[in-house]
Amino acid sequence: MPADEQKRSIHELLVNRILHGAGRAPADERARAFDNAKLPEPLRPLLDKVATKSAQVTDADFATAVDAGFTDDQLFELVICAAVGQSTRQYEAGLAALAEAIGDTETG
Amino acid sequence: MRPRVLDHGYGIRPKLLFRLIRLMSGHPVPDAAKITFYRPDFYGTHAKRFTQEAMRGPSTWSVGDRELMAAYVSKVNDCPFCIGAHTATATQAYQDRERVAAVLADLDSAPIDEGLRATLGMLGKLTSEGTLSAGDIRAVLSAGVSHQQIEDALAVGFAFNTTDRLANAFAFDALSQEGFEAGAKYLLKRGYR
Repeated sequence: MPADEQKRSIHELLVNRILHGAGRAPADERARAFDNAKLPEPLRPLLDKVATKSAQVTDADFATAVDAGFTDDQLFELVICAAVGQSTRQYEAGLAALAEAIGDTETG
Repeated sequence: MRPRVLDHGYGIRPKLLFRLIRLMSGHPVPDAAKITFYRPDFYGTHAKRFTQEAMRGPSTWSVGDRELMAAYVSKVNDCPFCIGAHTATATQAYQDRERVAAVLADLDSAPIDEGLRATLGMLGKLTSEGTLSAGDIRAVLSAGVSHQQIEDALAVGFAFNTTDRLANAFAFDALSQEGFEAGAKYLLKRGYR
């Protein structure tokens, strides 16, 4: 398999696994974490920061989620979904811009 | 780390492995390696394969270039653990401490070729703004970088935009300078598998 296809297919496997495979957090919650959208209140401070300003995540953000009943294993999964979701949007935006630029070069 | 289960929730085999590594290397297993052993089926297995391909798979970027990209993206994400780890790894790969330090201090004036500079700038923009335009890509192509090299760099960007977020969120412990140097040596010898 060419190297690019290899990387894109591993990326796809990773995204499919964390969103649709077995997990301790419900799949719809993992999808919201991935999309950074429609998050329940106790998860929002933690997961929005993971996506947009991860250096500012605090112990208190985890404590808010734990107090609301989320387990360590659920938070492990949801943080990963939030991180992979944001980097996936960036990766796909970069690849789309590359495809557009190549298309322009080839047709223009 | 937080949540606490990432410090103690490992099976007997990973725990023995961590102890063995500590004995043999004289340094604790870095948290970045540790978490790939926590429920590896959920994240670690695929993440390691992707990172290995991006960082050590076929590419016309050198290993040093890719490690420098990792350090640079980590700097934009303000991730102390990953800056330390990949600054040390890029430095050992290039055998050139000044070059790496110059890029991290000021990309515009660093003594590197224009293609690498444009590529790092592109990754920095994607990391801080979350998107790129076709115009941004054309600027990198004009600096002599190939389509393939841009695609390869975007994969490095994905790997470290993910890892930086996890390192910050899970609060990976920073290592001593000796610890980062030992980790860098391991990453150059064995990769990310």
